[in-house]
Amino acid sequence: MAILVNAASNVLIQGITGKQGSFHFKQMRAFGTNVVAGVAPGKGGNLFEGVPLYETVQEACEHHRIDATVLFIPAAFCKDAALEAIEAGIKVIVIITEHIPVQDELIIVNRAKLKEAVIIGPNTFGMASWKCKLGILPNVAFSPGPVGVVARSGTLTYEIVGSLTNVGIGQTSVVGLGGDRVPGSSFVDMLKRFEVDPDTKCVVLVGEIGGNAEEEAAEFIKTMSKPVVAYLAGKSAPPGKRMGHAGAIIERGKGTYEGKVKALTAAGAQVATFPYEVVEKVQTLLGRP
Amino acid sequence: MKCFEFMGKEIFARFGIPVPRGRMVLTPEDAAQAAAEIGKPVVIKSQVLSGKRGKAGGIKFADTPEEAAQAAAEVLSMTVQGLPVRRVLVEEKLKIDAELYVAITIDGAAKAPVVIASAKGGMDIEEQDEADIVKTHLDVFLGLPAFLARDVARKIGLRGNLAKEFSDILSKMYCILNHKDAELVEINPLVVSGDHLIAADAKLTIDDSALYRQKDIPFVDEDMTEVEKMAKAAGVGSFVELGGDIAIMANGAGITMGTLDMIQLFGGRPANFMDAGGGTGVEGTAKAISILLAQNPKVIFINIFGGITRCDDVANALAQVKRDMGIPVPVVVRMVGTNEEAGVRILKEVGIDAYRDMKTAAQMAVALAKRGEGA
Repeated sequence: MAILVNAASNVLIQGITGKQGSFHFKQMRAFGTNVVAGVAPGKGGNLFEGVPLYETVQEACEHHRIDATVLFIPAAFCKDAALEAIEAGIKVIVIITEHIPVQDELIIVNRAKLKEAVIIGPNTFGMASWKCKLGILPNVAFSPGPVGVVARSGTLTYEIVGSLTNVGIGQTSVVGLGGDRVPGSSFVDMLKRFEVDPDTKCVVLVGEIGGNAEEEAAEFIKTMSKPVVAYLAGKSAPPGKRMGHAGAIIERGKGTYEGKVKALTAAGAQVATFPYEVVEKVQTLLGRP
Repeated sequence: MKCFEFMGKEIFARFGIPVPRGRMVLTPEDAAQAAAEIGKPVVIKSQVLSGKRGKAGGIKFADTPEEAAQAAAEVLSMTVQGLPVRRVLVEEKLKIDAELYVAITIDGAAKAPVVIASAKGGMDIEEQDEADIVKTHLDVFLGLPAFLARDVARKIGLRGNLAKEFSDILSKMYCILNHKDAELVEINPLVVSGDHLIAADAKLTIDDSALYRQKDIPFVDEDMTEVEKMAKAAGVGSFVELGGDIAIMANGAGITMGTLDMIQLFGGRPANFMDAGGGTGVEGTAKAISILLAQNPKVIFINIFGGITRCDDVANALAQVKRDMGIPVPVVVRMVGTNEEAGVRILKEVGIDAYRDMKTAAQMAVALAKRGEGA
C-alpha cells in the first residue's frame, strides 16, 4: 500500500511533449507509472510515444479517469495549468516547477483547498509509491517497503532514501513538499496519511530551516502511534539569508534550526544530526541489523 | 529583491499613499538644491538595503540648504551595516505626533497574506509586545475589502479622519502587494502629523520569482557581495557568501545546507552556500568552480549526489578548470550516482581522489583546511 496514489492510479502529464516533460515521462513509465494521457495544446488528437494527447485537461478527463496529474510547465504558465487541473476535478496535482511567483502560488493552493485537491509542490521532485512515480525522483533511489518519507528538499531525499534502499529498507511512499514559501501540502497533511496507512511502520521527516512546518508537524507527532525519525538541514545558516529554497530563511528570529529540533524532540521524534544517521535510527526502530 | 526606500516611496506615491516631499540625490550639491526646493527643514536619509540606519548615524537633519549639503557629504562618506552609502534621500522634516506600524506580508504556513499593524511604530516589530500587535489574515479571493481595512484601523485604536486615512493607505498597500508582486510592504513608522497620516519610511521586497513581470522596477543588488554578483552573472543557481575557508559546491538546496552543517559540525568553516542546481553540464559547472576559487579558499569541497546531475560532467568540469586555470588548493570530492565510475576515473587522471562516503569526505576537507596545505 501507499499514500495518495498506487500502481492502479491513472496519471496525466501536462506539458508531456516538452524537454523536461518528455524525458521524465519516459522515466515515469519505466518506473511503472500508468501514464494514460498527456496535455499539449496544439497537438491534441495525436499520440506521443503511444500516449494520447489532448488540447485541455478537461478533454483528457472526458476520455479517461484521471487520478493524478504532473505539471512540467514553465513558471509563468503554471498558475493557469494548475487551475485547469483543479477545475477539471483532478484530486492529486504535482507541480515540479520552481520559481513560480508567490502570488500565483497563493491562488493555486487556496483554490485547491476549496476544491479538495491535494497539491504536491511547487518546486519539488514530486512523489513516488510502488509502481507510481509522479515527478523526477531518480528511479533507482526508490524501493518498496515499510518507511514513509516526507521532505522539503529533493537531493537530501535522494541521499536518505538512497541509503535506506542500499541497506534493504524500502518505502511505502516518498513525498516531496517542495522548497517554496507557500507549499501546497504540509508535513502534517502527509503524516496524517502515513499514520493511517497500514503498511507504513515508521516515518522519516526531512525538514529545513524557515517557516514553521516542522513545529506544526511536532504537534501532530505527539498524537501519532508510529515512530518518526527527522533530519533537518540548515543548522549553520545565518539569519536573513535565503539558502537556495525560497522558504529556507530565518526571518525575524523565526524558523531556526534549534527551535525545530526542540519541538520535534519534545514531541518524541528522533532527530538525526547527520543525514546518514537517519538510516541507523530507522534500522533500530524496525529491529533490523 | 529588496527595494531602496526612495524606490518604495515612488511606488507608494504612484498608488496614492502619502509620502513626504523629497527626492533621491547622489551628491551634496544636489542635496542642497533639493533642500532649497523643499524650502523647509529637511531630513537626509542614507539609502542602503539595511535597517537600523538611524542607530548607525545614517539619518541626519538640516535646517538650511548649506546644512543639507554638509549632512549629505557626511552620510555619503559612511557605511551602514557594512554597506557603503551611494545615495541619500532628501525629504521635508515631518511634524511627528505619533508613530504607527503597518505591514502586509505573505504567511507561508497560513497560505495567505497577513496584515500586521500596531499603534506603537518606530521600533522593530519583533521588539514589540505581542499584545500590541494586530494580525489579520486575508483570503486571497477576497483580497483586502474596505470593511476589513476599517476594522484593522479600529483595532489599533484609530478614530475619525485618522481611521479613514489608515484604511485607505492599507487598501493601497494591498494593491501594491498584489500588482507589484511584493512579498513585503511595510511602513514603519506611519507618522501621525496633526490629523493626517504620512509614510515616513517604505520597505518593499519584490518576489524574485516575479521580477520577469515587474520590468518597470529597477534591479537592485547592492546587498550582494562582489562574489555573489559574480555568481549571479555566471548564472550559478544559488549562492550565498558566508566568509569561511572551505568553498563548497553541492547540487540541491537541501543537500547543500546539509553539507555546510556537516562541515561546521566537524569544526570547519564554510566559505559559501552554492547550489549548483541539477543537470548544469560541464560549462556551467566549470563556471561554478571558478566562483569557488574567487573566494581564495583553503580547500574546495564538492558533494554530488548524481541524479539529473551527471558525475562525469562534474569531473570533466573540474579537470578542465584544473588544466586551464590551475587549482591552487586541495579539492575533496564526494561523488555518487549517475555515471559515478566515469566521474571517479576522470578525477583520478587529474590527481583528485573521490570519496563515496559523505562523512569521510567532509572530515578530510576540514582536516586539510586546518593544515592549510597547498596542492
